[in-house]
Amino acid sequence: MSRTSLVTQMLTNDRGGRVFLAVLATVMVAVPVLNLLVPESSALHVSTYTVTLLGKYLCYALLAVALDLVWGYCGILSLGHAAFFALGGYAMGMYLMRRIGDRGVYGNPDLPDFMVFLNWHELPWYWHGFDSFLFAMIMVVLVPGLLAFVFGWLAFRSRVTGVYLSIITQALTFALMLAFFRNEMGFGGNNGLTDFKDILGFDLQSDATRVTLFAITGALLALGYVLSRYIVSSKLGRVVIAIRDAEDRARFIGYRVELYKLWVFVFSAVLAGIAGALYVPQVGIINPGEFSPLNSIELVVWVAVGGRGTLYGAVIGAVLVNYAKTFFTGALPEVWLFALGGLFVVVTVLLPRGIIGLAGQIKTHRQAKASKQSEALT
Amino acid sequence: MKPLHRLRGMMNRRRALDVPPVTAERLDVSHGPILYIEGVSVSFDGFKALNKLTLYIDDGELRCIIGPNGAGKTTMMDVITGKTRPDKGTVFFGQTLDLTQMSETEIAAAGIGRKFQKPTVFPQHSVFENLELAMQADKRVWSTLFAELSGEQRDRIEEVMTIVGLQELSKGRAALLSHGQKQWLEIGMLLMQNPRLLLVDEPVAGMTHQEMDRTAELLVSLAGKHSVVVVEHDMEFVRSIARKVTVLHEGAVLAEGSMDDVQNNPRVIDVYLGA
Ligand SMILES: Nc1ncnc2c1ncn2[C@@H]1O[C@H](COP(=O)(O)OP(=O)(O)OP(=O)(O)O)[C@@H](O)[C@H]1O
Ligand SMILES: [Mg+2]
Repeated sequence: MSRTSLVTQMLTNDRGGRVFLAVLATVMVAVPVLNLLVPESSALHVSTYTVTLLGKYLCYALLAVALDLVWGYCGILSLGHAAFFALGGYAMGMYLMRRIGDRGVYGNPDLPDFMVFLNWHELPWYWHGFDSFLFAMIMVVLVPGLLAFVFGWLAFRSRVTGVYLSIITQALTFALMLAFFRNEMGFGGNNGLTDFKDILGFDLQSDATRVTLFAITGALLALGYVLSRYIVSSKLGRVVIAIRDAEDRARFIGYRVELYKLWVFVFSAVLAGIAGALYVPQVGIINPGEFSPLNSIELVVWVAVGGRGTLYGAVIGAVLVNYAKTFFTGALPEVWLFALGGLFVVVTVLLPRGIIGLAGQIKTHRQAKASKQSEALT
Repeated sequence: MKPLHRLRGMMNRRRALDVPPVTAERLDVSHGPILYIEGVSVSFDGFKALNKLTLYIDDGELRCIIGPNGAGKTTMMDVITGKTRPDKGTVFFGQTLDLTQMSETEIAAAGIGRKFQKPTVFPQHSVFENLELAMQADKRVWSTLFAELSGEQRDRIEEVMTIVGLQELSKGRAALLSHGQKQWLEIGMLLMQNPRLLLVDEPVAGMTHQEMDRTAELLVSLAGKHSVVVVEHDMEFVRSIARKVTVLHEGAVLAEGSMDDVQNNPRVIDVYLGA
């Protein structure tokens, strides 16, 4: 079997994925057209605010795909995945900070505003290089990947699994949040990084830039999805599911379980980091709140709601839950946390396989009913 | 001593860099036995599951191990496969491979395959995929990502499916198999690994008489090319395949010999009837 036939085979076996990619492609064409070409007075016009909101959802969707890889397929319930997202976001934020140059409030060409405010006189060593977009993009991939590598290497080698692993991932993101809150860390303390002006010279406030960022996010979501699908339909994907279902058996067959987990965990962290990097220029800020343990838990809820172990379920969950969140936090802000908690309970109790599972159940139910009817007729 | 040992393990470049486990020494069975268990003791919270157990398995032999519940049979397999480390004693695979110093995966790669007491297959995978995963192949992460089945490998999987009688169920999920079929699938997975030594823990539990006969036939046919160690409670089954039987009791060998010898041994009668 050649490589291309494997890819076509992978896509023909993935009906849900084809539907998702088709919808995504449509949205990616329609939204820019409706924003840029349709006049504002028209009812069909999509506001730039909506474009950015959709772009944000797509970032969340990519993050959810990343989590589904480790949780749905490898059985690692990471409660700290938002940390990788935030690190990718900070790497992008640092580049955007350097782009501000002397356009800050203090007009200091060498230092970001918050450093001037702290009375610092020179740039800390770890800020060097972030003037370069390429360097920053490498860091977007490298920093979350490296953290996941070190963390995963220690955890998986010592065979930490299940709820213990979940707890230490949660501790990891909590520790990072506390660290990033500190002014001395040099990442802007609790205000984080903000007031960005441009990216690669393109004004971040302009419609064209916003729409381009949206389109790039959509393209990378599609790419991330296809890569993830390739992985889970490869033999490696089958090994990973085998590890999820019977770890000891996989080990006695001769697979180095810890290395497989590590590989998937690092890949997933890199995807999460990329999602974070796409998120920051669109929302215009990154602060330590992104490391908050609650964010990682919300992420798990998205995937659970959509249906884990399908990849496209994660996308659906991320978009739906965040749409609901936008609605609730606008209309009834106090209710959101309860709604989220309630949603999680309902899903775990009633829909163990999420919305995707529900769709499957309805289908088999219909088929059963139809076959009963046809039996009754004969 | 222990932390130091662990630290050394962490520094082990072979592990970190995912290079195939090169067993520098090859399996050497020139002296006859393929497995040497000498003076092995294992205790759990003071309770001695194995008590200075000494046992040799010859190359190509089919050996049955019997013994009452809790005699230490499964623990012995855990020690051989690296799942449990002995407190005392040595375990050698051939003349040269010290199993107490090898990881589970290294032991598997060196040629020891195991069937668990409770059948464990991969429930969400099809029969075919279960065998594919067990197949002897390059099991490093990157090679697995890009692995594709060759025609030869497909044939081998088909062949094993025929041997264990599951060819009709090739595409069925393993979770849906009956208990006996799961046992066979697991034996099939062992065959795919093509190990020199097979450890088979209670292969006929939950099987019908017919299924038992087929399993007996299968295990007997494997001996010679492979060495096979079978742990089983079912005496009738043991009688049907056994050449040499070892009786374990309280973590040590109580008797060894032909089925008739063993059954007439007064100490064995004592343990089995006295219990
Ligand atoms: N991980 C463990 N922790 C504590 N005790 C254990 C452990 N594993 C085994 N044991 C004990 O060691 C003894 C030997 O157990 P083992 O499973 O080897 O017996 P067995 O001969 O396989 O018995 P069976 O015929 O019931 O399978 C038992 O008393 C068991 O309770
Ligand atoms: Mg046992």
